[in-house]
Amino acid sequence: MKLQTDARSRLRAAFSGGYGRIVIGAVLTLTIVIMALVAPLIATHDPFQTSVRTRFESPSGAHLLGTDEYGRDVFSRIVYGARVSMFVGVGVVLISTVVGTIIGLFAGYFRKLDNILMRVMDALMAFPSILLAIAILAALGPRTSNVIVALSIVYTPRTARVVRGKVLSVREEDYVESARVVGLGNLRIIFRYILPNVMAPLIVQATFILALTIIAEAGLSFIGAGTPPPTPSWGNILADGRPHMYRAPWMTIFPGLFIMISVLGLNIVGDGLRDVLDPRLKGSQ
Amino acid sequence: MSARKPDPGRRRCVIQSYIIRRLLQMVPIALLVSIISFFLIQVSPGDPSTFFVSPDAPPAEIERVRERLGVDQPMMVQFGRWLGGVVQGDLGVSFFQRRPVVEAYFSALPVTLMLALGGLLVALILALPIGILSALHPNSWGDRIATLFVFSGISMPNFWFGMLLILLFAVNLGWLPAQGFIRGAGFVGVFRSLLLPSLALGYPNAALIARMTRSSMLEVLRQDYVQTARAKGLRARVVMYRHAFMNAINPILTVVGLVIAALVAGSVVIETVFNLPGIGRLVVNSVMRRDYPVIQGSLLLTAMMIIGVNLVIDLLYAVFDPRIRYD
Repeated sequence: MKLQTDARSRLRAAFSGGYGRIVIGAVLTLTIVIMALVAPLIATHDPFQTSVRTRFESPSGAHLLGTDEYGRDVFSRIVYGARVSMFVGVGVVLISTVVGTIIGLFAGYFRKLDNILMRVMDALMAFPSILLAIAILAALGPRTSNVIVALSIVYTPRTARVVRGKVLSVREEDYVESARVVGLGNLRIIFRYILPNVMAPLIVQATFILALTIIAEAGLSFIGAGTPPPTPSWGNILADGRPHMYRAPWMTIFPGLFIMISVLGLNIVGDGLRDVLDPRLKGSQ
Repeated sequence: MSARKPDPGRRRCVIQSYIIRRLLQMVPIALLVSIISFFLIQVSPGDPSTFFVSPDAPPAEIERVRERLGVDQPMMVQFGRWLGGVVQGDLGVSFFQRRPVVEAYFSALPVTLMLALGGLLVALILALPIGILSALHPNSWGDRIATLFVFSGISMPNFWFGMLLILLFAVNLGWLPAQGFIRGAGFVGVFRSLLLPSLALGYPNAALIARMTRSSMLEVLRQDYVQTARAKGLRARVVMYRHAFMNAINPILTVVGLVIAALVAGSVVIETVFNLPGIGRLVVNSVMRRDYPVIQGSLLLTAMMIIGVNLVIDLLYAVFDPRIRYD
């Protein structure tokens, strides 16, 4: 009996310490990721199949989330739209994390580079995120791969800033100092001794960037600067639904719900990870 | 209480030199912002002369237009000319609207500013009470519900929330206009047309402020002087406001600065949803028309505005927290 309550309270402590949130959040987000991966198995219809006879059908057994203006199945389009969101999200997270980490490591370690690199990052961060992304897409043209480029440029400075901040505190630690005294090369010190200490905030940051990217991609596609139709993406399904909100509210409600589930999951995971990996950052973002 | 009282005259002098130093620090960033705005648009494919003359026109004609636009010059010369214009407040002429970019920008700016202000008000009205109450009763049910509310806010795209608001209040209940903005409609008209967009813009941004308020308040409530104030028998409300909140305000202010930039970014898409003639609408239309001078100019002016806002926030720290040192 004693043992049981002990186990239960320990479980509760772990839960509020962040692990529970990581599990709950991961379940939400992984549901969407799996949906994206096995889209052809889940989709009930061909997402591109138009039909005049099934225009604007409300949700039913035949069309789970109704149909759109061209009679296409909204559920199947949302399922395939998850692929675009995840593709863009993973692409942006990989590029901005790698580039941002390198910039942050070098800026934080080499004081001479710091001024130049971080001023450029400051300048990039002075632009409102979506506006900068729109301008880059205006120059490159609306295409899914260009959305990845644009949002990577937008989010790299955030990662660089987080990494640099951490490097500044780590480089004063004794073990870094002793590595320098022993005569290890700068690159070796950066990647062997400093990088591992940067990993915790970096992982937390990556989760939040994935969440931001999913919302930003939807916004860009919504205003017509992102993934061009007829390829389904959550943003352009919402754009298709906007003129028909009165007639077909399901085209507006459901794509947004899927965005919300995946982003909510990521935010909960990020929040839990932060408490687990870096308790000192608790409550900040 | 403190060992030496700072001399107010000296402090004013220190703050003045701090403001000047901060202004000087802005110069390289402003220059970089200009460089990015200029070259970003230069990499775009296509020759701007095609907006003024058909590609089938005689080569001499095309050459004349290219010369007039200055695009026949080397890139660095073009940049120098453009920057010279920027310094004098000349950002070129819109390809499509045939009027100065500056004019187009500043006629759209008021709508975006009103929207951003509305969004900020909504965010603060939601976030501050939620943050403070959560900090007073941490891990209570109220705190949990508040956290969920706040998490839902950051997890949805603001434009989708805006569309849901339209569905509920404009389509189903018919209380408010679904979209549009009537110039000169009077205060009530403007208020009615900006209410839903402000809610859509403000709620997702409330999250950051609420979370920072909560953690900042929790931090302060642990401090000795709050305990002392309580022990002295001061009323709870006085302790909360004078001793706790005023000391928790600086981190909150930092987040408000970030949120203002996010509000301006967020209004881009919100303006599309609600058909409001602000900067966002201007830029989105310009992208569709490939009106590069307008995109370039809006990018530059908006970034400059945000740099300015951040400077003001930095200076506000001094007002709220006299302990900050500036040397």
